[in-house]
Amino acid sequence: MSPMSRFVFGGSDPALAMALGFLLLLMTATGAADNQSTDPASSPTAEFSASPATETAVASDAAPQSEPEPGPESASEPAPAPATASKPGSESDLTAAFDERVSQLTDNSFKVKEAAAQAIAETGDARAIPLLKALLSGDLYYRKDDDRIVYVAPAGSSGWALTDALSGEALGEVGRRDVRKITVNNRMRSALRTSIAALTLASPDPALRLRAAREMVGSDDPAVISAVRTQLAAEDDQQVTEVLTLVVAIADLKQPDIDSRLAAIEVLHGNLYPQARNALNGLLETEQDPGVLAATKAALDAIDRKRQLNSSIETLFFGLSLGSVLVLAAIGLAITFGVMGVINMAHGELIMIGAYTTYLVQQAMPGLTDWSLLVAVPAAFLVSGAFGVAIERTVIRFLYGRPLETLLATFGISLILQQLVRTTISAQNVVVQNPSWMSGSLQLNPGLALTYNRLYILLFALIVFALLLLVLKRTALGLQVRAVSQNRAMARAMGVRSARVDALTFGLGAGIAGVAGVALSQLTNVGPNMGQAYIIDSFMVVVFGGVGNLWGTLVAGMTLGVANKLMEPWAGAVLAKILVLVFIILFIQKRPRGLFPQRGRAAAD
Amino acid sequence: MGLLQPLKGDTGGKIMLAVLALIAVLVPILNLLVPEGNPLHVSTFTVTLLGKYLTYALLAVAVDLVWGYLGILSLGHGAFFALGGYAMGMYLMRQIGDRGVYGDPLLPDFMVFLDWQQLPWFWQGFDQFWYAALMILLVPGLLAFVFGWLAFRSRVTGVYLSIITQALTYALMLAFFRNEMGFGGNNGLTDFKDLLGFDLQSDGTRIGLFLASALALALGYWACRWIVTSKLGRVAVAVRDAESRVRFIGYRVDRVKLAIWTFSAVLAGVAGALYVPQVGIINPGEFSPLNSIELVVWVAIGGRATLYGAVIGAVLVNYGKTVFTGAFPEAWLFVLGGLFVLVTVFLPAGIAGLLKTLRRRRSEPTALKEKSA
Repeated sequence: MSPMSRFVFGGSDPALAMALGFLLLLMTATGAADNQSTDPASSPTAEFSASPATETAVASDAAPQSEPEPGPESASEPAPAPATASKPGSESDLTAAFDERVSQLTDNSFKVKEAAAQAIAETGDARAIPLLKALLSGDLYYRKDDDRIVYVAPAGSSGWALTDALSGEALGEVGRRDVRKITVNNRMRSALRTSIAALTLASPDPALRLRAAREMVGSDDPAVISAVRTQLAAEDDQQVTEVLTLVVAIADLKQPDIDSRLAAIEVLHGNLYPQARNALNGLLETEQDPGVLAATKAALDAIDRKRQLNSSIETLFFGLSLGSVLVLAAIGLAITFGVMGVINMAHGELIMIGAYTTYLVQQAMPGLTDWSLLVAVPAAFLVSGAFGVAIERTVIRFLYGRPLETLLATFGISLILQQLVRTTISAQNVVVQNPSWMSGSLQLNPGLALTYNRLYILLFALIVFALLLLVLKRTALGLQVRAVSQNRAMARAMGVRSARVDALTFGLGAGIAGVAGVALSQLTNVGPNMGQAYIIDSFMVVVFGGVGNLWGTLVAGMTLGVANKLMEPWAGAVLAKILVLVFIILFIQKRPRGLFPQRGRAAAD
Repeated sequence: MGLLQPLKGDTGGKIMLAVLALIAVLVPILNLLVPEGNPLHVSTFTVTLLGKYLTYALLAVAVDLVWGYLGILSLGHGAFFALGGYAMGMYLMRQIGDRGVYGDPLLPDFMVFLDWQQLPWFWQGFDQFWYAALMILLVPGLLAFVFGWLAFRSRVTGVYLSIITQALTYALMLAFFRNEMGFGGNNGLTDFKDLLGFDLQSDGTRIGLFLASALALALGYWACRWIVTSKLGRVAVAVRDAESRVRFIGYRVDRVKLAIWTFSAVLAGVAGALYVPQVGIINPGEFSPLNSIELVVWVAIGGRATLYGAVIGAVLVNYGKTVFTGAFPEAWLFVLGGLFVLVTVFLPAGIAGLLKTLRRRRSEPTALKEKSA
């Protein structure tokens, strides 16, 4: 049997490893499913800071390419295609009024157009929002022959595909010169934004209402405020109510009577919306009343304290995120280096192979980007693991007990692997797509958002760590690995097939490197040199944590990550890294065997 | 006779030095006296290339001294090489004077570009060659001394030591990449004009630098042989093979290590200082950990603990690199990588070991015959 097939099929341990791999897959899969179900609610929050104009642009861009994957974001976006073509008879009057108003948009005068847009908004017709959004983003045209209002989408080399804005009927393709854009001026744009916001505020979908409400934070347009007050009375969603209260409170800061202002300040106390802070700062300059002034200051102090806390949490998160990357990169090395005593300089290249496997998996299943990672994780484990077993069987097994020489041989292997990727795939970096559930961020509060990709990779690192620990501590393979690493001769005497254990251990370490590659492909560029960037850091983590100690690797990785990010604000990224390296050099002088040294006979070389 | 004492029994070394002497005589003659176009003519480009190989060879000897005879696998010797190179580069920068692009009589171009008003303190004195020469020895030596003093006293050994030497060169690389450090940042130091008043572009200077490299290699080799054949060298080999035992016998292991380690770093610095004027540039890339690993591989391929093997390895690998990267750039990494693997697995004693085996095989049959007779 070849080493590879033995690795996959032979014995109970590899079977268990496979089962664990599958479990991993399941866990990630359910994670993804959970995420998809929560996403529609949270995705608008991710875009909350973007200006409405760009949002609409995004929406209309996304519409033509939303092929087989109904991503949660495009689902929540009203695509600029008219919803229902014609309404039931009883509303036909309204529809007629709507149609008439729309036809006025072809007028040359901005005044007429603005009035028309205002009227369109007031009809409350379901087609109004997409229409006004298209108007705002400059995607609304009319046909020169018959003044029909149309949406356009690029078609062919130089033509437009037209869709009737009123009926939703496809009108075929025309040349670009056959249609004319309906232009808007700045005044109209702001009016349009207000109208769109008010319309969405009345939407039955709470998520859309929330988003509309957020767009209104800081607005001082009396029309908007009164619309908000009306909606506030009828609102039953708690989140929306909170934001609407905020909108009203910011507006109330300008109320003439002191009590209203104090009440508004009370609402804004510790509120993290930047608009709240700006409004309070503005009040600080204009306010005459000492009582209100003091309340304003207190409210601002509370805001600043919370912001401080936010930034600390953010730094910690970035640190843990960097730490999780370090742990992922180093943990495979902790096995090959820590348990087997092999200095595997090709470790970085095994990570690279994992990342390239992700790329190839995505190439093989186009259009299924959301699922590709779930396939890529086990695939990368197997591919890198197979490379690992091959490396062990052909090179490393001749070098046991000579750790420094494994360094040279594996360095040679790393060069070969790099060149292999350059020759067979490309010398350039390749593009690995991010699945939709990896993009966006988790909005903890208005001033703090944790990006999903970093969050998932942090979780992923912990899961991989836990599984690895489980394999080493709770399975027969793990027992044998530990036995061989502690006393090879005695283990052999007890009937452990040490050659097989070596191959499997190295394969396991390499496979974990491959899995790390999948995660890293979501954060950094994937290219032939990517492995080199991680190899030194990985060695630092393993040595700092203590060779042969998985917990040490976890603690060391997280510590170094957080320390790096803590120092970055005042030292800069490069200097922080240098300081960490110098710290490790000095630390090794103090504790030559790392944070958690191995004890007993195994430690004595 | 005392001068040749260290070479006693070192056949490989004698052959190597003889070849070196031959090259040192022939190359200048073939370059300067044989007219261009004659097939025997050696171009100035080749002279510089050979000079570069010789500095690499000296560096490899320095690595072999600590790895082969002291058992310390340094993954950071490139740092000492680069520091020596930077010291020389700083001298060469100051020699440019007002001939730079910005024509500032005192500040090198990159400082003018960064809008610095005055020369940083650590650039003072580098306009004097004697000072620069002193720094070429002192800076790598001092760094190695401090680093070694800390590491050897705490008994950091083996893999841990290798990894922290790697961390050292990595940290230095990151530091030298920073513009604020005042060493030219990413671009390093370049555009050198002359050395001790000689134009760096002229054939004569090139030959001079080549000869200086050959002389440095010969002297460095001799000094290393002198060390390894001395009492200190024998203790060093004992430390390599059984460190605890040597300590228990009563030797100060850390001092033995520190002395040889520091000397090796100084040697690497000298190699770097000779390297820079020949290639015309020094940048932070020289600190790259990969460079340091690569030079360890030269030693491994040549054969460790022989010293002359290091010379063979450095010259052969770099020659191969020149040939291959020119002819088949795609294949070079395959060849180099394959070489590493094959040598470590099948030739643990390197080329020098292979030569020794061959020589023994040739003499064995005769020995057998004598015995049977």
